[in-house]
Amino acid sequence: MKKLLQTCLLLLMPLGVFASAGMELDSADIDLTDKASLENGAHLYVQYCLGCHSTKYIRYLNLADDFDIDENEILDKVAPDGAGIYDKMLTAMNGHDAKKWFGTQPPDLSLIARSRGADWLYSYLKGFYADPKKPLGVNNAIFPDVGMPNPLWKLQGKQIAVYETVDGQEVITELELEEEGTMSAEEFDKSVNDIVNFLVYAGEPAQLKRESMGKYVLFFIFIFGIIAYLLKKEYWKDIH
Amino acid sequence: MKSKHLNNCGNWFLDRFPMSKLWNEHMAQYYAPKNFNFWYFFGSLALLVLVNQFITGILLTMNYKPDAGLAFDSVEYIMREVPWGWLVRYMHSTGASAFFIVVYLHMFRGLIYGSYKQPRELIWIFGMLIFLALMAEAFMGYLLPWGQMSYWGAQVIISLFSAIPIIGDDLSLWVRGDYVISDATLNRFFAFHVIAIPLILIMLVFLHIIALHEVGSNNPDGIEIKDSKDPWGHPVDGIPFHPYYTVKDIVGVAVFLFFFATVIFYMPELGGYFLEHANFIPADPLATPEHIAPVWYFTPFYAILRAIPDKFAGVIAMGGAIVVLFLLPWLDRSPVRSIRYRGGIYKKALFLFVISFLGLGYLGMQAPTANATIMARVCTAIYFAFFLLMPIYTRWEKTKPLPKRVTEQPTIEERIPAIKDAFAAMTHEVPTQEHGETVMHTRPNPSGIADAGKSLAKKLKGSLD
Repeated sequence: MKKLLQTCLLLLMPLGVFASAGMELDSADIDLTDKASLENGAHLYVQYCLGCHSTKYIRYLNLADDFDIDENEILDKVAPDGAGIYDKMLTAMNGHDAKKWFGTQPPDLSLIARSRGADWLYSYLKGFYADPKKPLGVNNAIFPDVGMPNPLWKLQGKQIAVYETVDGQEVITELELEEEGTMSAEEFDKSVNDIVNFLVYAGEPAQLKRESMGKYVLFFIFIFGIIAYLLKKEYWKDIH
Repeated sequence: MKSKHLNNCGNWFLDRFPMSKLWNEHMAQYYAPKNFNFWYFFGSLALLVLVNQFITGILLTMNYKPDAGLAFDSVEYIMREVPWGWLVRYMHSTGASAFFIVVYLHMFRGLIYGSYKQPRELIWIFGMLIFLALMAEAFMGYLLPWGQMSYWGAQVIISLFSAIPIIGDDLSLWVRGDYVISDATLNRFFAFHVIAIPLILIMLVFLHIIALHEVGSNNPDGIEIKDSKDPWGHPVDGIPFHPYYTVKDIVGVAVFLFFFATVIFYMPELGGYFLEHANFIPADPLATPEHIAPVWYFTPFYAILRAIPDKFAGVIAMGGAIVVLFLLPWLDRSPVRSIRYRGGIYKKALFLFVISFLGLGYLGMQAPTANATIMARVCTAIYFAFFLLMPIYTRWEKTKPLPKRVTEQPTIEERIPAIKDAFAAMTHEVPTQEHGETVMHTRPNPSGIADAGKSLAKKLKGSLD
């Protein structure tokens, strides 16, 4: 019986306890109504991510429509040179080459925010640190041994990891900025947040619609419910 | 003049089809007990969700492509390019989970009020067949989006067939149509999901309702309303299904739709329970996800499977967990139906059963650590003990005397003053200084809450006797 109780208690222990030995996820500030942030995120995405990663379910036209921006502005400021408004956001990199260079083909990022979550992406993009043991010279605290270089290193600067020994294991507790980049820490956080905001949008463009529509639907159902209730009360008043 | 022609048309039809007879038998003159409570909404809600699944499912097939190379993209096409496609798809995916929530509650209603007992055994059997068909439907439908969890979930479940001695490997090969889950599997699952199983489901629902209307509905008191009739031969405690229960069920529909729409519009993934995160990655036969778990409604049975050390024995236990449900009408030996007149032992057994079922559901979602496996074994033992020991403990139990007529319980409206009193007892007015004035604020009262908790625990304990 005692053993059973102990097992129960162990089970009730949140699983997070085990994860907390490493780095905890930072929370991203997602706001899909902030069109400026979405546009800036798309702009940064095209500059720093699209070189390797497609977002094949999004066309440049979708950006213009969903962010309420003129098509020409999207072509001038966001889309890469030579892209048309009806083009999908596809990378120019050849998958075969990518496999040779990085060992794997960089995944399409259309749905990455839905499979990984915004906080994970935000922490991951901020989680690169210098690691001379790796072929590309960098590693990631959130996704160890990832085969991807830090695309934002120029903006962020160079980070190094601070290790601590927890339960006999060396774990990274925080990352320290060793060399400053072209952006301040706040500017950089804002930029990464904008990219993540864009990816959350790309994961499900319908979010913009469904969240604004939901309250009207619920209001209608509520009124319908009241009328249905009064109807029921009227019919049932002679049932005892 | 016009209405005369219309009338003639109507008569022409009625002379050739028993429309009014069917309407009267199943709606206007079908007498249902007047004391149905909250638990009796879930039958009609299950029908509503079934209709929802049919309509949204048909709309989805218009743009979905059952092809391993195209399936994932076609779902995203529905989500992004098809007008209102996202709404249709979320109604279907949320509807799947809602179906199981509603059906589990409907089955639990049967359990507490003994709706499966003589003479309603056949209704229960048809209902269990519906549950089985529903599980097959959900399992096959889950492969169609062709995400990682679709693929690997199906791989794990179909590989269970290979645990059967001698014929196992050939059987799973036959089910898949290939050595792994592949395009062939996707195509046949699509065929089953959109036509074969829905046809079976519709037929079973028809049989379920016909069988119900033959013997009449049970009620929370578990007595037969046909035993006391008025001079015209109608049960005194019965009321015509239409209009009384049609208008009442519409209220249930509104409440259900409120929750349903909240999920669809604000949390369609429901934190990864209704749509799993890993299913937004296209199926990849070369990359196994770290943690494969079925969708929440299968997890109690999945936990039973994993709790048994031997794979084949696990498959047998998982199947057995469903088979015992079929046997329920003959396992229960109690002379009364409703939990209101049962002895304490059944109430305690049911209480343990509910906890173990929920526990299994939780454990089925977690990684199988050593402790979790022990807990799953305990829960599995309770699950089976509830059913297999039932012939013994229900025969012993001391039942309470049955009333002649259905009893009256306070309605939700009548309970509102008591709820208000309870709320008042749990709060108290605290004077605070605001801008130099004393203002009274309602704040939670710890001692009041403790008292309420104590009396609730006492009530719960009392209700188990």
